Amino acid sequence: MELHQKTIHEVSADLKAKKLSSVELTKAVMDHLEKVEPKVQAFITITRDEAFKQAAEADKRLATGKDITALTGVPVGIKDLLCTKGVRTTCGSRMLENFVPPYNATVVEKLYSVGAVSVGKTNMDEYAMGSSTETSFYKKTKNPWNLNCVPGGSSGGSAACVSADQAFASLGSDTGGSIRQPAALCGIVGLKPTYGRVSRYGLIAFASSLDQIGPFGKDVEDCAIMMQVISGHDSKDSTSADIPVPDYLGEMRKSVKGLKVGIPKEFFPDGLNKEVSEAVKKAIEELKKQGAEIHEVSLPASPYALAVYYVLAPSEASSNLARYDGVRYGLRVPGENIMEMYSKTRAAGFGPEVKRRIMLGTYALSSGYYDAYYLKALKVRRLIKQDYDKAFEKVDVIATPTAPNPAFRFGEKTGDPLTMYLEDIFTVSINITGLPGLSVPCGMSKTELPIGLQLIGKAFDEATLLRTAYAYEQATEWHKQKPSLKEA
Amino acid sequence: MEYEPVIGLEVHCELKTATKLFCGCRTTFGNEANTQVCPLCLGLPGTLPVMNQKAVEYAVKIGLALNCTIAKYSKMDRKNYYYPDLPKAYQISQYDKPLNYGGHLDIVTKEGTKRIGVTRAHLEEDAGKLVHAGGKAGRLDSSDYSLADYNRGGIPLVEIVSEPDLRSADEAYAYLTALKNILLYIDVSDCNMEEGSLRCDANVSIRPKGTEKFGTRTEIKNMNSFKFAKQAIEYEIKRQAALLDKGERVVQESRLWDVTENKTKTMRSKEEAHDYRYFPEPDLVPIILSEEYVQNIRKSLPELPSAKRARFVSQYGLSDYDGGVLTSEQVLADWFETGAKHTKNAKGLANWIMGDMAAKMKEQEKELKDLKFDQKKLCELVDLIEAGTINSKQAKEVFAEMFDLGVSPAEVVKSRGMAQVSDPKAIETAVDKVLAENPSVVADYKGGKQGVIGFLVGKVMQASQGKANPKLVNEILKKKLDA
Repeated sequence: MELHQKTIHEVSADLKAKKLSSVELTKAVMDHLEKVEPKVQAFITITRDEAFKQAAEADKRLATGKDITALTGVPVGIKDLLCTKGVRTTCGSRMLENFVPPYNATVVEKLYSVGAVSVGKTNMDEYAMGSSTETSFYKKTKNPWNLNCVPGGSSGGSAACVSADQAFASLGSDTGGSIRQPAALCGIVGLKPTYGRVSRYGLIAFASSLDQIGPFGKDVEDCAIMMQVISGHDSKDSTSADIPVPDYLGEMRKSVKGLKVGIPKEFFPDGLNKEVSEAVKKAIEELKKQGAEIHEVSLPASPYALAVYYVLAPSEASSNLARYDGVRYGLRVPGENIMEMYSKTRAAGFGPEVKRRIMLGTYALSSGYYDAYYLKALKVRRLIKQDYDKAFEKVDVIATPTAPNPAFRFGEKTGDPLTMYLEDIFTVSINITGLPGLSVPCGMSKTELPIGLQLIGKAFDEATLLRTAYAYEQATEWHKQKPSLKEA
Repeated sequence: MEYEPVIGLEVHCELKTATKLFCGCRTTFGNEANTQVCPLCLGLPGTLPVMNQKAVEYAVKIGLALNCTIAKYSKMDRKNYYYPDLPKAYQISQYDKPLNYGGHLDIVTKEGTKRIGVTRAHLEEDAGKLVHAGGKAGRLDSSDYSLADYNRGGIPLVEIVSEPDLRSADEAYAYLTALKNILLYIDVSDCNMEEGSLRCDANVSIRPKGTEKFGTRTEIKNMNSFKFAKQAIEYEIKRQAALLDKGERVVQESRLWDVTENKTKTMRSKEEAHDYRYFPEPDLVPIILSEEYVQNIRKSLPELPSAKRARFVSQYGLSDYDGGVLTSEQVLADWFETGAKHTKNAKGLANWIMGDMAAKMKEQEKELKDLKFDQKKLCELVDLIEAGTINSKQAKEVFAEMFDLGVSPAEVVKSRGMAQVSDPKAIETAVDKVLAENPSVVADYKGGKQGVIGFLVGKVMQASQGKANPKLVNEILKKKLDA
């Protein structure tokens, strides 16, 4: 196996033992990254020079042997909506084409503080609005398993780069499924932590009450390593929780014997893709084989989750994106007066999907409609939460498919926004409830496209998700398969 | 027709916290533009607000001082609108769950004390400041270019909204004065209208006297002093009355007070039709206050003006009016009360403070902190009069010297040899001399012209160079003449 194909837990031992330097490792990854990038197109900005500087710093740290973690000297990718000091952060939008933040997001700061190396900023749907990364202003990221297919989204670049071994791990963000769905479609592990587990400071907001930053890894252990570093309270984010962070790696290795796994019938509807349904059911069988108890649970309000999501998320977005007015930073298209400058700037800076959601949200919050849409959605949000609370009285973890289908082809769903929105059907309720969710590879379609198993946990119980996923992963080979990087 | 005005006031008060409401930037006034800003102040993407606890404390203080109910659960909301002084294109404010609500404030009117309802006092952030250059002055849409200074953006504000309980411009003025006094007492704001730390908008409507239904209201903005507020409200009442008398309608709109023309003017109509699309601020957690927290703040409140006034009346025997004057400013009340410790004649002290001292301070544009003398010296003067050492005419001279030079009254009296002569024997000698020198006047008196005694008193006083005790001179003269 080549160096760039390894996992973090495989290379970190060599780094610590000084059998391998971070500069060597970074060179291996960077060379491979640049070689396959024309095919994958996972990055908006590649930070080659900065990466080698960081690698050299990491080597100094490794030489002292002090403050070393599993991530020290390891190249990772960062979704281009996480602010990076001195490195432009576009959010996949023309609006921020030249925006260079004067500060680092807390998660970026945390990665840097343990000596991780950033290889670049990954492609994404514009302002994280999309499920295929096709709404990016910059490029179309390809699914490494089939270059004619989408990588999922919105964190498509972060998922594809890990899948294609362009980075050992990456950071993404998940507002309605944007980590879990691309993880499933690209055949890697992705974790959306509990709302408040990871600081949102420096994350360019889409929907503030739903957004959460999380890791992508080649396997569960790498995800746990990333989680360990990025989790925890941050005084800069009032919504981050002051709850101790457990030892994820230790918890992960515990057995699943006696673990109660809930299966919600609402997530296995009649029309569900057969391959997806069978793969997920097989995965559940495997957990049962390892001593987990399987229980049927009901989440009756979950069919409304998508509707609730498409009221709440655009509402918050309409307000969060109002600041891009051309006055202080970002794109400015001059006008005869201030109103004209605003409208010309926003007309040119935002793509159609972003405009659609701003209009949806503006409408939902308008006086006369607020009660019928926003307020009603908040009420249903509570009902959905109650369903999960009730289910988690009986079970420790809930297992469902991550996405309704394997990766689809470019353009297949761009014509009709509603079919695209259905991609989030199994993932949105987890953002609405703030619970943690993880996607782990659990199968392969006949067309050689990965399928993901979604595990949903209790609030702040990421440890149980990692444990369940790790137990499953240890018994299977899905995570060891490598994508073809070919068109099919 | 005779109309009754209905007025409600919205007062914005900048809190004097060291840092802004949601970040660590300083709040100092008057520094170079955009030197007190950070990524959050500029609305850079990814930044998040963090609540300033001191601001919440100050806001609760205001609520308690205005007799409000303090919400155990309140939350911040986003008020969405586009304007270049608002970097996020929304203001973080409070909508349906304000921190303080249902209070009141007592004002003194010609008809006595009147209670004015305080609907709410909520916490929000201030906007930045725009300077428009070229074109039609002072307007964003017609200027050649505009400059934005975000130093003020994010400074904590409390918006205090009154019920429409005020019925005249004078009542509005009294409300503003009383409110400002309270805010200064509890030390939460500089209340400096020139620097914009206190700002006021008025909602004004009129209705035929004796009717209940509210008329159409207008909102007057840009009144940057209490005097202008009074003038603007007076103007607006007359303007609306003239419209109704002509059979025309009052248009619901925002109007600006134009200081140069002394009239209210329509603001651009586009600026009125706002739908602020309020919704809960997802980046902040709700404000949940314990009973203990509120009680601790309540305990920390100083004595408020109305309570102090009542106490001054009972403790120092002042009239209610004098109590009102002396408590109208906390520094003045404190100055008086420190002084009252040094004399038994607190009423005399109060009279001097409100009389000669106030007049001279006004004349020389001086404040208490500029005075060259302290309370002890003024009390010395009060006591010298009380003891009969000097008479009131002399006292005025002594006061003037003390005011100008800061010297002690006792020393002035001594150095000028002013001490009043109250020795009956000395006065008798003087009286005898005057009687002997003026036999015709004495004859007039005895003939029944008793009014001439004044002339004789004057002569005795003149002879004593003004030092004789006039009361004694009078007595002794009378005794001798009537004998």
